[in-house]
Amino acid sequence: MLRIKDLVKRYGKDEPVLKNLNLEVPGESVVAIIGASGAGKSTLLRCINRLVEPTSGSIDLNGTELTTLSGTGLRLARRRIGMIFQGFNLINRLTVMENVLSGRLGYVPTWRAVTRNFPQNDIDRAFQLMERVGIAHYANKRADELSGGERQRVGVVRALMQEPEILLADEPTASLDPKTSRQIMELLRALASELHLPVLINIHNVTEAKEYTQRIVGMRFGRIIFDGLPVDLTHDAMEEIYAGVPAEERGETGEADLQREAVS
Amino acid sequence: MTSSVEKPTGHRTWKKPSFIANPVVRWTVIIGVLAYVWWAITSLPFDWDRIEQGIPRAIRIFKGAFPPEFIRGELVIQGFLESIKIAIVSTLFGVLLSVPIAFAAASNVAPKWLYHIGRAIIIIARSFHPVIVAILFVKAVGFGPLAGILTLIFYSIGFVAKMLAERIEEIDWGQVEAIRAAGGATFITMLYAVIPQIMPRQIGLAIYQLDSNLRASAVVGIVGAGGIGSTLMNAFRRYDYDFALAITLCIIGVILISEAISGRIRRNIW
Repeated sequence: MLRIKDLVKRYGKDEPVLKNLNLEVPGESVVAIIGASGAGKSTLLRCINRLVEPTSGSIDLNGTELTTLSGTGLRLARRRIGMIFQGFNLINRLTVMENVLSGRLGYVPTWRAVTRNFPQNDIDRAFQLMERVGIAHYANKRADELSGGERQRVGVVRALMQEPEILLADEPTASLDPKTSRQIMELLRALASELHLPVLINIHNVTEAKEYTQRIVGMRFGRIIFDGLPVDLTHDAMEEIYAGVPAEERGETGEADLQREAVS
Repeated sequence: MTSSVEKPTGHRTWKKPSFIANPVVRWTVIIGVLAYVWWAITSLPFDWDRIEQGIPRAIRIFKGAFPPEFIRGELVIQGFLESIKIAIVSTLFGVLLSVPIAFAAASNVAPKWLYHIGRAIIIIARSFHPVIVAILFVKAVGFGPLAGILTLIFYSIGFVAKMLAERIEEIDWGQVEAIRAAGGATFITMLYAVIPQIMPRQIGLAIYQLDSNLRASAVVGIVGAGGIGSTLMNAFRRYDYDFALAITLCIIGVILISEAISGRIRRNIW
């Protein structure tokens, strides 16, 4: 259970990016966070694993208060939170296997990390997960030799290697073509239910959000202004979340893209 | 709307704008520079009589140097072997020491206090020419290769750590965030997320520095820090100008070869 209370994030003296935000993610639900760029989606996700320092408020993950942690405590909390990035953020010059095993860096002692001598259990789990997502044959390839979709699979496996209690995905499909993007969303949904994992996905593609998640959270100007089932996301609710944003940037183009692709 | 191109209204002149726009500043700079050069030339003690006497001496030296004398080849080879040893050992230690200093001097990974220390080390290492450093080390540890090695380690840090720090400041930060998000400690994060990104530059710099140290080792040898430079200096001291010329030609040859090799390797990995 992730419980966020009164979360505020302010950069310098500017208007806060997150304004007294409250959010609860129970059990193993897949939640999509939608909103125009600048709404604070990414900041919210990064506050949870403290890549961004929250200004005030509380974030509680299964009984651990995350906002007050530092040093080793913070590291031990971070390894329980998997993160998937828009730009994949793989170590390009290392092999796929090294990238996957780097998900264990919060667990293994320094000498094992330095000598790349990971425990047998980790290697078994790595191969198992890589087979699950179909990249096991790339184990010794360099990460930058893979295609976008394959790289994001490596990113997913790296996050899962952490045996996380929650998965954060920051625009995981934004750098991918529509077809690959749907494959990754499908994979995230399947893995979430297989591993009983709550997943928080920032996504600007509303069509995908509706299709692959059980709950949609709409953000605008640092506040949550919609929280409900995909079917409840009416035209009016969309209007409110995306008011003033040109239609082509609202992320409803997914269907059109697919149709175009089907034609070509 | 009628265009003015159609009816020319007399000739308009154009001149390239001056390099310094303000005429007062421009003329102050021009007059100032000329005055200083005039003052510098007239105030330096050029002794024309001595220059006149020096010219025949220079001619004698050059006549004595021809033809170059390669008979004592083993001295040259010994000198070069020592120079190469000095260059390799000092490059190895210099590059190894440069890595932590570069991390300290990179503003994106080092805390502020450490950054200032790292930058200070680099600035100090860069502000002295190797010959000056060599004079200090020869005084400190005596004549011979040790002084040369210490000098070139110091010299390598100034260049390699600076270039490497700049490379670290250009890294893709997303990779660092990814390892951090996985719970990696600081040292592990640097090892996994930063080192792979700077590796090609690191290797390129090491090869360049080896080449550069080989050249510098000939120079610092002249002040007594061992290697082929010492051999050359001894030849001069014994008025063996023909042997000195032979050594000089060999140095040019070896440096050309090493530059060609290092340039080729760097082109292929950079």
